[in-house]
Amino acid sequence: MTSSLISSSLATVAYLGAAILFVLSLGGLSNPETSRRGNLYGVIGMTLAVIATILGPRVAAAGIPWIVAAIVIGGGIGLYAAKTVKMTQMPELVALMHSLVGLAACLVGFASYVDTSIQYSGAEKIIHEVEIYIGILIGAVTFSGSLIAFGKLNGKIDGKPLLLPARHWLNLLALLVVIWFGGEFIAADSVQSGMTPLIIMTVIALLFGIHMVMAIGGADMPVVVSMLNSYSGWAAAATGFMLSNDLLIVTGALVGSSGAILSYIMCQAMNRNFISVIAGGFGSGSGAPAAKPEGASAEPQGEVVPVSAAETAELLREAKSVIIVPGYGMAVAQAQHTVNEITASLRSKGVNVRFGIHPVAGRMPGHMNVLLAEAKVPYDIVLEMDEINEDFPDTDVAMVIGANDIVNPAAQDDPTSPIAGMPVLEVWKARTSIVMKRSMASGYAGVDNPLFYKENNRMLFGDAKKMLDEVLIALKV
Amino acid sequence: MLIGVPREIYPGEKRVATVPDVVSKLIKLGFEVQIERGAGELADLSDASFIEAGASIAADAQALWHASDIIFKVRPPAPEELLLMRSGQILIGFIWPAQNPELMQQMAAKNITVLAIDALPRTLSRAQKMDALTSMAGVSGYRAVVEAANAFGRFFNGQITAAGKVPPAKVFIAGAGVAGLAAIGAAASLGAIVRANDTRAEVADQVVSLGGEFVKVDYDEEGSGGGGYAKVMSEGFQAAQRAMYAQQAREVDIIITTALIPGKPAPRLITADMVRSMKPGSVIVDMAAEQGGNCELTEPGRAVVKHGVTIIGYTDLVSRMARQSSTLYGTNLFRLLEELCKTKDGVINVNMQDDAIRGLTVIKDGEITWPAPALAPAAPKPAPKAASAAVEKKGAHGHGSRGPMPASTLALVFGLGALAFWAIGAYAPAAFLGHFTVFVLACFIGYMVVWNVTPALHTPLMSVTNAISSIIVIGALVQILPPEAGTNARPDALIQWLAFAAIVLTAINMFGGFAVTRRMLDMFRK
Repeated sequence: MTSSLISSSLATVAYLGAAILFVLSLGGLSNPETSRRGNLYGVIGMTLAVIATILGPRVAAAGIPWIVAAIVIGGGIGLYAAKTVKMTQMPELVALMHSLVGLAACLVGFASYVDTSIQYSGAEKIIHEVEIYIGILIGAVTFSGSLIAFGKLNGKIDGKPLLLPARHWLNLLALLVVIWFGGEFIAADSVQSGMTPLIIMTVIALLFGIHMVMAIGGADMPVVVSMLNSYSGWAAAATGFMLSNDLLIVTGALVGSSGAILSYIMCQAMNRNFISVIAGGFGSGSGAPAAKPEGASAEPQGEVVPVSAAETAELLREAKSVIIVPGYGMAVAQAQHTVNEITASLRSKGVNVRFGIHPVAGRMPGHMNVLLAEAKVPYDIVLEMDEINEDFPDTDVAMVIGANDIVNPAAQDDPTSPIAGMPVLEVWKARTSIVMKRSMASGYAGVDNPLFYKENNRMLFGDAKKMLDEVLIALKV
Repeated sequence: MLIGVPREIYPGEKRVATVPDVVSKLIKLGFEVQIERGAGELADLSDASFIEAGASIAADAQALWHASDIIFKVRPPAPEELLLMRSGQILIGFIWPAQNPELMQQMAAKNITVLAIDALPRTLSRAQKMDALTSMAGVSGYRAVVEAANAFGRFFNGQITAAGKVPPAKVFIAGAGVAGLAAIGAAASLGAIVRANDTRAEVADQVVSLGGEFVKVDYDEEGSGGGGYAKVMSEGFQAAQRAMYAQQAREVDIIITTALIPGKPAPRLITADMVRSMKPGSVIVDMAAEQGGNCELTEPGRAVVKHGVTIIGYTDLVSRMARQSSTLYGTNLFRLLEELCKTKDGVINVNMQDDAIRGLTVIKDGEITWPAPALAPAAPKPAPKAASAAVEKKGAHGHGSRGPMPASTLALVFGLGALAFWAIGAYAPAAFLGHFTVFVLACFIGYMVVWNVTPALHTPLMSVTNAISSIIVIGALVQILPPEAGTNARPDALIQWLAFAAIVLTAINMFGGFAVTRRMLDMFRK
């Protein structure tokens, strides 16, 4: 104790400072102008917290080399990953990182349990053990769930929901088993006898995490990713309770509520109930016509009119105002740079080009914004759905790149449609809409899109990148 | 198959049934195209441009009609053209079968197939791309405004110049069909104040969308006659309408009339008295001149000045923009050929099962097939009110509503919250309560702060919160080698390795998360 450079009180104050910096960090993200400073606050807060801990009374000097080695190894890997990741892979990276937090929470929980140096008794012992139990539970669910989300996002695992028979009963059973073993665990009088229920619970939690994410379809991934983000926060908060560390509690609560709000926003954008997303089964991979009421949804009338890239360029060149609606297809085709060049070319000709972003476009919240920012599209022409929806009637051309369900008029017109009531970008109100798509296949929701059959709609079939390249060439001629 | 395009021989007709751009598309469909020498001349389309597009040139009409399997025409065939027809030929063009029963008999006797582009069932939405009536009406509507502007001695747009103020011209457009709407758009874009009226109330929105103002007749009656045309209105309505027109005539500078009722003479909307009441120098363009005119004083085919008002009764407005109208007409015919030749092998199949083609085909292999049986009524439009109500209901369910929570829900939430707090306060030890306070307050701060995050930054938000959640490293740091190590039979080595692994994992997260957030945020530039 005497050897530490920073006293217990000083460490506490440092933690307080770190907590404030974290709040400022999140606050900074309210605006792109202040966001870089926000990130810096986060870095400073983290550095402060780590240094205060290392030099504080809870770490003996001999432990420092261990810590430095671990940080160098982990930090190196992290920096390398951050440098090499492609922006289209952001959802995967974020999911993978969530799994690391989950795993770390598990490890800390186990370490805390086997640590016999601090003895608790009575209610304190029970609470401490409940905290450990819950901490490991959340950590394990986060870990396995995030790994599956990672696999689904980078295509290693099929995006289709895997629906086990009686899955809700299975989940309920798992919950009951976990509670029962929780009782066993708290009743155990030694570390050895408590270890068995703890490990069984961990295994069940891991299976539960896998099962939960496997049952959720690709289109619901934005909700899953933000939900796992929330879980990683709650895991940190639980660890904070376990170790009686307020900084962990505060930070975990910040992260947890942030993820929860994001999940809520995403659900609202799909007009879905959070419970029904988590219960899974909606966003089927491809084609499986999801819960289509018998003969209720009318077959779309009319005919699909295909156009060529040259005609698209012609339409764009003659337009006064253009709104581009990107979707996951743009990310898959890596077409964001071409989109930016087309935008720049049109803007130099005096065309008012703007972007309309649906909250659930892509595979994580804000995915499209990041891709467009990467391509150096100025962020002040990238607008949210609510900001731009009423401008479509005054727009000459609305160009939809690799999106489907988020521009489906059936959500407004057809109360029997599975996506009825979901807010959508009203591209069909533009004078002409052009949908860029690989084929006529339906979107993730498995719903046919009447937009394609509207008389003012044109279809540009083909790979988004290739087609946009051709449009760009035609524009520059 | 060879498509032949003769020169139009009707006096004053300048259009031609195809243009070079369309020729190359037809060739892609597998057809050959032959043009009569000089067919496009009056539409400023040289023979050379047709040759360049891949067409061949026929020396005269006789050679062309003799060689061609399909004939593209604009006007109905003239008697001398009838003589050139050969059995088995397919003729596509304007025919007006109702007005030309004799011509129909003569063509049938020639044992040919005739597709009348004017007989297209216009209510079919997929037929719109071949709707030549619409594209011609659009051209003539535009041209009517140009003619009016030409005859009108003032600016259309209001101006305030050094030489004084110029008021904008006031234009009244009677009939908001395709031609009327095109005229509204053209006049509005020249800067005039545009008013329009139509007996069909549903077009009011379209008028407004083009920059016009919809003038209502002060009388309740719906004038939709089916198929998008107007019907004859009742006497009471007509009286109210006359009063409205009389008033407009006194106020406006230019009147453009487009009112037509199918199969009937054009309705007389503008009387001689109304013309007299107009300001001198005003202009009337009567687009219904060919059917007798909407104005009493119209002289079809001519522009005359009566009572100081120029009355333009040209019947060849589309020919006055021959190149534009030929291009549109040619494209309409090309779209029709696409329908007829789905195999893209240059052979057409007149499929009488297809509603659109059935409607168009007025003579099939020498047999008169006009009029086509009425189309099965289009699927009834879903009642929009029911739909919107259902959607609204759905919106209120779940998280759709943005309004404040209802008081009962709020009371329930507060009640449950109070109960939970009471339970915790009653049973939990003091140390826990301190942490619990911190936890709950932090949740609220997080809630308040995160709502302010702009949606564009949601991905950076996730990666930065992810980086911040590696604060869990502190848990590992305090375990790796605390001062208590070595006491109470603590399994030091095990804990040390667990903590070591946890630090490595969180460090990946910490450094990676902040670095990637920085990388992303750096990209957000104005």
